[in-house]
Amino acid sequence: MNLTEFFHMGGYAYYVWTSYGIALVVLLLNVILPLRQRNKLLGNIARAAKRTRRNTT
Amino acid sequence: MFNNFFHKMASPKYFYTIAGILIPWLAAGFVLLFLTGLYYGLVKAPPDYQQGDSYRIMFIHVPAAWMSMFIYVVMAGAGAIGLIWRIKLAEVVAISSAPIGAWFTFLALVTGSIWGKPMWGTWWVWDARLTSELILLFLYLGVIALYNAIDDKRTAARAVAILALVGVVNIPIIHYSVEWWNTLHQGPTVTKLDKPSIHLSMLIPLLLMAFAFKLYYAFVVLMRARCEVLDRERHTGWVRELAEKK
Amino acid sequence: MNSDSLLRAFTLLLKRDLTLAMRHRAEMINPLLFFVLVTSLFPLGIGADPKLLQAVGPGVIWVAALLAALLSLEGIFRSDFEDGTLEQFLLSSHPVSVLVLAKVLAHWLITGLPLLVISPLLGVLLGLPGDAILILLVTLALGTPVLSLIGAVGVALTVGLRKGGMILSLLVLPLYVPLLIFAASAVDTAAAGLPVTAHLSLISALLVLALSLSPLATAAALRISLS
Repeated sequence: MNLTEFFHMGGYAYYVWTSYGIALVVLLLNVILPLRQRNKLLGNIARAAKRTRRNTT
Repeated sequence: MFNNFFHKMASPKYFYTIAGILIPWLAAGFVLLFLTGLYYGLVKAPPDYQQGDSYRIMFIHVPAAWMSMFIYVVMAGAGAIGLIWRIKLAEVVAISSAPIGAWFTFLALVTGSIWGKPMWGTWWVWDARLTSELILLFLYLGVIALYNAIDDKRTAARAVAILALVGVVNIPIIHYSVEWWNTLHQGPTVTKLDKPSIHLSMLIPLLLMAFAFKLYYAFVVLMRARCEVLDRERHTGWVRELAEKK
Repeated sequence: MNSDSLLRAFTLLLKRDLTLAMRHRAEMINPLLFFVLVTSLFPLGIGADPKLLQAVGPGVIWVAALLAALLSLEGIFRSDFEDGTLEQFLLSSHPVSVLVLAKVLAHWLITGLPLLVISPLLGVLLGLPGDAILILLVTLALGTPVLSLIGAVGVALTVGLRKGGMILSLLVLPLYVPLLIFAASAVDTAAAGLPVTAHLSLISALLVLALSLSPLATAAALRISLS
């Protein structure tokens, strides 16, 4: 099976590749979102800690 | 020895560290299985004599649907453990699972709809499975909405555990009622999955993807759980140290 | 606590809720009016073709009943929550699930029963045949308690929240789906002249399940909401 045939998916290219594409997006999103969330949280906590230190010294 | 393990696991800091170690390994395992599954599903498996190549959507749609149900049961189970034994970590795992389960449900719905277009001719069909999946999505969204609406996160976790348990009792009822309703209103639709035996060349990628998704859930739930732990423990020393180290 | 005082507590609570409701009789009309109004909107919206109305009638009436029940459910714990009575329930030595059952029964008598009484009229409005209207009554008689029981769990989970009403619908409506399917299907089948024992058995099973499990879930949810 050559590359063009593979991408053509027997005429169902649009359906198959959209499905797999959406799947990829969902999988990536669920990895990226928690990563960003973690960095955001740590940033907030660090800033809050700095503020309390400044306020109490 | 197990007692020691559970005691340690009850410590958020220990969990955070262990999860941090496990995540890359689980992720690597996922990537391996996923790519292998993709290869077997998209390249090696032959086209279906009825549906041509469109049936390959099944390798995403079916494992996603399986995960949507599996994660709900895990969520309800973890919620029950958190409710009965007041283990914080169980609460964290439960609420971390909800958005992941919702996304898998969404994926199952969307791929089911896309697969349905060449098969049934329309984008949406009130097929028994799709309809039950839709209701499952609402159950997940309800859990997420309720958790976000309650300010105190420990109370929220307990409330959500009750909701998840009520939902889990309902899932088989919903599924069978919808199937029953569907067979009354529509003729039985012949899908690839109704065939009693599935060809090995199609079974292998299906199982590979199913296991891949399980590993994916494992490492992603740990990622979200770590965030939840940081949020809950933000006033403790170890979290502050961690934040300032970055 | 012996069962005698439990029975007394149950009946006292039931009477109290009914008396309180009777004092605000005007408010009891609202769910009823909503029920009739929503059902009447459908012929206006989809056209008055009698065949079409008869085909969608059972579903329409049941969806309207669902929505009416949901609307009226919100108040089941609200006033008790606001004046502290709910906390007293939790502190009492009686099992909370029994007290919950009393409140749910009161709620059903106040809101569910009127729906039952007016439903034949709505059946006639939508052109349902006599057999169907009878089965409609039976499904509503069996089903509206289920609506109250399951809904009570949702209300208990959201009773302390500010925008509780919006979330309540999201939580409870998915749980109503099996009942809706069986009930509407029963009336449809009766309209076609076929036997409906299977449907009614299933609805009865849902009722028994709800009766046994939901007061416990409601009690647990109340404890959590008030903690």
